[in-house]
Amino acid sequence: MPNRRWCEELTEHPLRIVLAKLGFDGHDRGIKVVARMLRDVGFEVIYLGLRQSTDTVLAAAEQEDADAVGLSIHNGGHMTLAPRMVNTLREAGVGIPVVVGGIVPAVDVPLLLEEGVAAVLGPGASAAEVGETIRSAVEAARADVD
Amino acid sequence: MSDQDTPHAPQPDQPKAHPAAEDARARPESPHHEDPRARWQQEFEAAPKRDTPFETMSGIPLDGVYGGAPFPGQFPYTRGIYPSMYRSKLWTMRLFAGMGTASDTNLRFKKLLEAGGTGLSCAFDMPTLMGRDSDHPAALGEVGRAGVAVDTIADMEDLFADISLSSVSTSMTINGPANIVMAMYIVTAERSGSQRKDLSGTIQNDILKEYQAQKEYIFPPRPSVRLVTDLIRFTTAELPRWHPVSISGYHIREAGSTAAQELAFTLANGFAYVEAAVAAGLDVDDFATRLSFFFNSHVDFFEEIGKYRAARRIWARWMRDRYGARNPRSLQLRFHTQTAGVSLTAQQPEVNIARVGVQALAAVLGGTQSLHTDSYDEALALPTEKAARIALRTQQVMAHETGAANVADPLGGSDYVEWMTDEMERRASTVFDHLEELGDGSILEGVYAGIENGYFVGEIADAAYRFEREVNAGRRIIVGVNAHTEGDTGDTPILYIAPDVEKRQLERLNLIRRERNGIEVNESLKRLAEDAGDPAVNLMPAFIDCVRANASEGEMTSALEGVFGTYAEPAVV
Amino acid sequence: MTREPAELFKAACGGDRRATGRLLSLVERGGADGDLVAQIAWPKTGGAHVVGVTGAPGVGKSTLVDRMAAAAIAEGGRVAILAVDPSSPLTGGAILGDRVRMNSALGAPAGKSPFIRSMASRGQSGGLALAALGAVRVLDAVGHDPIIVETVGTGQVEVDVVNAADTVVVAVSPGWGDAVQANKAGLLELADVFAVNKSDRPGAADARRDLELMLDLGDHPDWRPPIVETTATAGEGVEALWKHVCSHRLHLLETHSLEARRGGRAAEEVRRHLHNRIDGLIARPSEQVRQLIREVTEGLRPPSEAAQTILRSQPPGDSP
Repeated sequence: MPNRRWCEELTEHPLRIVLAKLGFDGHDRGIKVVARMLRDVGFEVIYLGLRQSTDTVLAAAEQEDADAVGLSIHNGGHMTLAPRMVNTLREAGVGIPVVVGGIVPAVDVPLLLEEGVAAVLGPGASAAEVGETIRSAVEAARADVD
Repeated sequence: MSDQDTPHAPQPDQPKAHPAAEDARARPESPHHEDPRARWQQEFEAAPKRDTPFETMSGIPLDGVYGGAPFPGQFPYTRGIYPSMYRSKLWTMRLFAGMGTASDTNLRFKKLLEAGGTGLSCAFDMPTLMGRDSDHPAALGEVGRAGVAVDTIADMEDLFADISLSSVSTSMTINGPANIVMAMYIVTAERSGSQRKDLSGTIQNDILKEYQAQKEYIFPPRPSVRLVTDLIRFTTAELPRWHPVSISGYHIREAGSTAAQELAFTLANGFAYVEAAVAAGLDVDDFATRLSFFFNSHVDFFEEIGKYRAARRIWARWMRDRYGARNPRSLQLRFHTQTAGVSLTAQQPEVNIARVGVQALAAVLGGTQSLHTDSYDEALALPTEKAARIALRTQQVMAHETGAANVADPLGGSDYVEWMTDEMERRASTVFDHLEELGDGSILEGVYAGIENGYFVGEIADAAYRFEREVNAGRRIIVGVNAHTEGDTGDTPILYIAPDVEKRQLERLNLIRRERNGIEVNESLKRLAEDAGDPAVNLMPAFIDCVRANASEGEMTSALEGVFGTYAEPAVV
Repeated sequence: MTREPAELFKAACGGDRRATGRLLSLVERGGADGDLVAQIAWPKTGGAHVVGVTGAPGVGKSTLVDRMAAAAIAEGGRVAILAVDPSSPLTGGAILGDRVRMNSALGAPAGKSPFIRSMASRGQSGGLALAALGAVRVLDAVGHDPIIVETVGTGQVEVDVVNAADTVVVAVSPGWGDAVQANKAGLLELADVFAVNKSDRPGAADARRDLELMLDLGDHPDWRPPIVETTATAGEGVEALWKHVCSHRLHLLETHSLEARRGGRAAEEVRRHLHNRIDGLIARPSEQVRQLIREVTEGLRPPSEAAQTILRSQPPGDSP
């Protein structure tokens, strides 16, 4: 019964995603493009933008009842920042996926996935791909919970 | 100098839309105002030349320029700011250094100087660029990563240890805390026996583009521009060889703008600083000669060249006609160029070497004064030593093998290039008109308004999105990304930064906090805050006092935040 | 994650923000769960002061709301902010960016910082107004007071949303455009308090005079909307603004007009729910409804009779 309801929600309600950059990294070209892409494929994007902390992202995710968190990282800090975000959400009992975009060397991708990041999106992904990746990550996380 | 024996007559079909007649006013001192070619010839011959044959590889002798007036070195400088351009001096091949702790970078600097370099170029890490100390909570993971970490004067002294600052030229890429870092540099120089008047170099100090593109702002725009004019006033009075601001379009382009937007926003920012400095009581000719620019070189070859040519022409006309500059050097737009980091692909990264080559050539044919070529692996991580060497070699091929340095403005007179130059200028004009309207006749006020109402970030985000959609839809081909994707081996070696940098830097900062005189620190910070409250006071002396007292960058930033407030950008997505 | 509404509500009342966030989603989505949440919340509503803030794009509403929230928190309020953005394209997606400007209370002690929720239109405009009203009720029931509802003042949705507030703040900025726009949208008549924001700009005095003139033309027997000059970015004038907002609330209580306001609102809300349901009967027709429509098409019955039949056959408590 719960599974059926989740499926209904997936089709009937727009997914909500919190998009943010952590720390001082000011490269926001990518996150702005992704925000528009996701809007165009039907997401509700709660745009936090620059200079966020794991706590402000957690607060937004809770209050906005977000289905996913998207982090954009261009400063080489992905191995520090992304696992911290995953853990912050976990410790608060918020079981939603964290998707990372930006500049991540290929060798780091499996390490991030091991740390609990749901997916890593490289440069050049299309709107449809970005949307589909996040949608699948949300579905997988929900299946886990149920 | 045999190449000068056969001067060519001006070609019959001269480039159109060159208001050559305007020249006379710019150079009232010239005895040759009636004949631009004769004047050019005289100045060209008077200029020193590099010791190299100026002929093709097949031995055909070459003139210093072809085509008609206005010639290089003549108003409005569309064809270049010097009559002899690269025959006298090649562009400066500038490479960044800066990683880890100050001592790590010092070693790198000394290596560069030993290899015959005379210019140092320093990149700072993100916490330093944001005006914060290495122990700020948001600094975790970023200390020493993308540049060197500088918290106190002690770090600056380590950075330039055993280097005579009066005999090198130093370029420092920092904006929000530029005054703080400049104060540290001055105190370091004085302690090591150099005098202020002998210091030469550039500090980026271009805060307006931070609100528009790079986003490394700290305070709101108005007090930030006051900090910029404080530094301009201070260096004008005390460091005559210093360039106090490098007006940068690079980051505007990287954030996704078009070429014309890069041109227009950058020059508008330049006009805004001129208006602010004049309002602060300076004569335009006192500081305009020390202004310099920094542009991007993207991959659309002819568009870029048109952009550089238009930039020189617009700047010359505005400086003379609108801001009343009389010194020809005030009218000459000098610029540094960096190839477009954003054009580099993570897929098949070796192909980036070809992109960088084309971009570098555009900058040279566009008449740049200095050039940084990106390394092919920068879409993956910071450059490895090998990748950085290939980038430098690319410039050396350009300079010594291609013949591109033999003739000034070699594309001038091409109908296409002249049209592109005019088109760039026309598009920039519509932006200037809009900003003037926003600012009730003032470009400075127009830029403030455009920052506040999201005009700049909105325009840039629109352009970036348009481009991305074209790539997504396959209407625009990026080799290796959405076409010709086979052959990506994914085996490019990348650079890793040692993880202990942060620990070492924090220990150092803690040591200084323990050993310094706390009362002195507090008093100097108190004075800084007091001075900040009075817009008529130049803050540089107070910064220098704080530096001498071993106050940290983050402490100075916090003291100012109490007076100036902080800035958060409007949510324009 | 799959907690039932009653359990969520209990947690939310205890300060669990995630539970509150979840309840708001259920209300926003409507349907049986939404109705259930509304039922649970209903007995505990009515306590909060609901403040609507509206004005043309670019007048600085978000920053103003942020500063008002800080003022309310300083007085011990448990503030909730509902940022309503009705401008969404056809895709049903939206970019909600108001939170970015609402960070001045970030330093507030744990549990004191405002609860902020962003809401988009999801296609049907009538739905947004209802969802927003439902959300306000949930926020009220779980203990938030005051609740500040922010919306861009350009259309009917906004009028509907702010009309549901106890106190309406209309923000304008110096320059003609805003006042004209606000007037066109009918917002000036709704105002209980005016904020002339960005009052450090030239033209602030003119804006105030224009508003005074407009008020002079109207009839204000017991509450003439005060005009407050603010510079939200610097926090100037916001305390005065918040004081006027609170006095308006007091005025409503003293003159017993709060009930009258809320009574009018209740009727409107019921009408909207009815409307939604009837729309649903046609948009997602049952076999019976389909049959009736076929009969009308074939000329077997007049439309009015079909409508009457459908209404009469609605079982109580059924929610389409």
